[in-house]
Amino acid sequence: MQVTSPAFKQNAARAMADVGLQKALGTAKGAFLTRRAAAVAALPEFERLRDVGRDIKNHALANLDFYLERYAAAVERAGGKVHWCSTAEDARAAILKICRDAGARTVTKGKSMISEEIAVNAHLESNGILPVETDLGEYIIQLRQEHPSHIIAPAFHLNREDWEAEFRRSHTDLPRDRVFAERRDIMQEARGKLRDRFLAADVGITGANFLIAETGSSVIVTNEGNGDLTQTLPRVHIALASIEKVVPTLEDATSLLRLLARSATGQDFSVYTTFSTGARREGELDGPEEYHVVLLDNGRSNMLGTEFGEMLRCIRCAACMNHCPVYGAVGGHAYGWVYPGPMGSVLTPALAGIERTANLPNASTFCGKCESVCPVKIPLPKMMRHWREREFERHLTPKAQRRNLALWRYVARRPALYRMATRAAVAALGLWGRGRGAVPTLPLAGGWTEGRDLPLPERSGAGGTFMAAYAKQRRQNGR
Amino acid sequence: MSKDTILNTIRRNLRRGPLPADQAAMLDGRLATHPRHLIPARSRLPRPEQVALFVRNLEKEFATVERVPEPAAVPAAVADYLAAQNLPSRFAMAPHEEMAAIPWENRPLLEVEKRRADPADSVGVQHGYAGIAETGTLMLPSAPGRPTTLNILPETEIVVLRATRVVGAYEEAWDLLRAENRDALTGGHMPRNVMLVTGPSRSADIEQTLELGAHGPRRLHVVLVDDDPAALPMADASPPPRTAEPGGRPAPGD
Repeated sequence: MQVTSPAFKQNAARAMADVGLQKALGTAKGAFLTRRAAAVAALPEFERLRDVGRDIKNHALANLDFYLERYAAAVERAGGKVHWCSTAEDARAAILKICRDAGARTVTKGKSMISEEIAVNAHLESNGILPVETDLGEYIIQLRQEHPSHIIAPAFHLNREDWEAEFRRSHTDLPRDRVFAERRDIMQEARGKLRDRFLAADVGITGANFLIAETGSSVIVTNEGNGDLTQTLPRVHIALASIEKVVPTLEDATSLLRLLARSATGQDFSVYTTFSTGARREGELDGPEEYHVVLLDNGRSNMLGTEFGEMLRCIRCAACMNHCPVYGAVGGHAYGWVYPGPMGSVLTPALAGIERTANLPNASTFCGKCESVCPVKIPLPKMMRHWREREFERHLTPKAQRRNLALWRYVARRPALYRMATRAAVAALGLWGRGRGAVPTLPLAGGWTEGRDLPLPERSGAGGTFMAAYAKQRRQNGR
Repeated sequence: MSKDTILNTIRRNLRRGPLPADQAAMLDGRLATHPRHLIPARSRLPRPEQVALFVRNLEKEFATVERVPEPAAVPAAVADYLAAQNLPSRFAMAPHEEMAAIPWENRPLLEVEKRRADPADSVGVQHGYAGIAETGTLMLPSAPGRPTTLNILPETEIVVLRATRVVGAYEEAWDLLRAENRDALTGGHMPRNVMLVTGPSRSADIEQTLELGAHGPRRLHVVLVDDDPAALPMADASPPPRTAEPGGRPAPGD
């Protein structure tokens, strides 16, 4: 997927002016927040479970090589095959080869953000294989030739009218008088169309929420059941997973599952949590005959041991973006790559390079809400700050900003000059805003005052600055 | 080779080589003993309340439940449910020995077909392996007698579950599977597929508003066979008289 993060500011401005998007964001956001809060309130142990989740992932990551080897051995014992892939290119090639060996013409897909990361759909299409997204949200996104705007709700940015319009455009057999009065009608239409696809597919590709070293299982979590149809009906199942998904045991996965749905959709548990281990066993009446795991690194192993290593704990619940004021204002597409919101602002620079993505760690008010809701306690604001430091070190910060910072440093290191400058600034602001109660516009800071007024500086105390008030108080106390 | 590249990069960044034998043995021990973590207290209840919690959570997740006293009552419960929902009396049923032992012939109008589900089936009847009270979740491991397609293809899924198979937390259900299941291929306990099902299929992808029946079943109905005398609801018994515990807080009216 093309990185458009360098255009974050333009993307964001466009998003803010998009009436349909703003309506969709308004509808969707409140629902997620209320449901999560209710689910968390109903489980007194939730806070302690966050510590448990953090510790499980830390343990798995500290021994990642060991658990990956144990996991791969267990998959192979169960008759599956593991394809180790360092890069997106390796993974695309591995998937294409499996599909070709299976003589595949169509491939159904469950929801997988990693498949977006490696852009496997375009690769299959250009090789004559038709990929069909089966998650409802992913399906409409594919029809509209867009990318998901949210990691668990891909069509977060769409309204009901958009669904109807797209179905009327692309389902060419649809009778003109077909009514889409309710959401149910839209869903029914998609269900009918996708049923045929499930039955015709030669290969099914799913993602994985967890991999389990103990049993060699891949775990998917869905509400629709599309993932299960995808991996049960075709002759070949490919689970596409990144290396940091591995946890040691069923108990470890279970503890994380208690956090996942509550943090994501505010459900106590997702409707379908499915553990897949190898291919169809002797005597079974259904299930795939081949089971493959495409195990992707794509830059993750290089995050270990750095200040961004903790990001690998992420279980992709989307609580951080659901609670983020910036995401809530601009939506997911503005971020310009696969992973939006706070987790994306940390992960995207690590996977796609800070050179092209320096805007992202700056797209934060540092309000800290993301860290406070993260089920595995990832210190997202701290890591965005680390990216800002790297951005500065590499001279990626815009010239004007660097010049201003240099100027501020010069003044700040000379206390007498600094006090003189702040006294002058306070006096000037007082004059500028006199009679208006606030400062409505400010030269050189027009962007800041465009959306709000700057309050007038405090006039109490001599001179109005902190140092002046401090000196006055000392005099009064006779010290 | 990619495998070595990935493992070596991990080790380099963790600033160590492969784990020394003693540490590897310790981690293998952790895999073998699979220690439990914090388990929420909500499902730690006396049996009747634990089963009641299971039922309540199923209903909260939009499933329906009927409790019947014995396996012989299952055919009538299924037939009545199908009639009430205006559904056909022909269905695919799990070819499981416990399901075969149910006297379906008591309801001769039911057309029972022991097989996997096909796309044309509107009703599937599945054998329930275990129920998890914590969230009203059904555990459905794949087996020759428990095809996966029955869980997901038909619009209506009926699951027959014995009350003795209802446990409190997920961990207890894993331990049932560990104790009872032997996979011929791996020698381990894990079958090809284990589905944990919590309610009927749904999606909130359209305007983040919940709709039932996305791709999987629109209806999930559980017929719970009360084969556990200790788990029967206490509705018939009169509540015990309230008395103050010695040294405890006074009971109301004291």
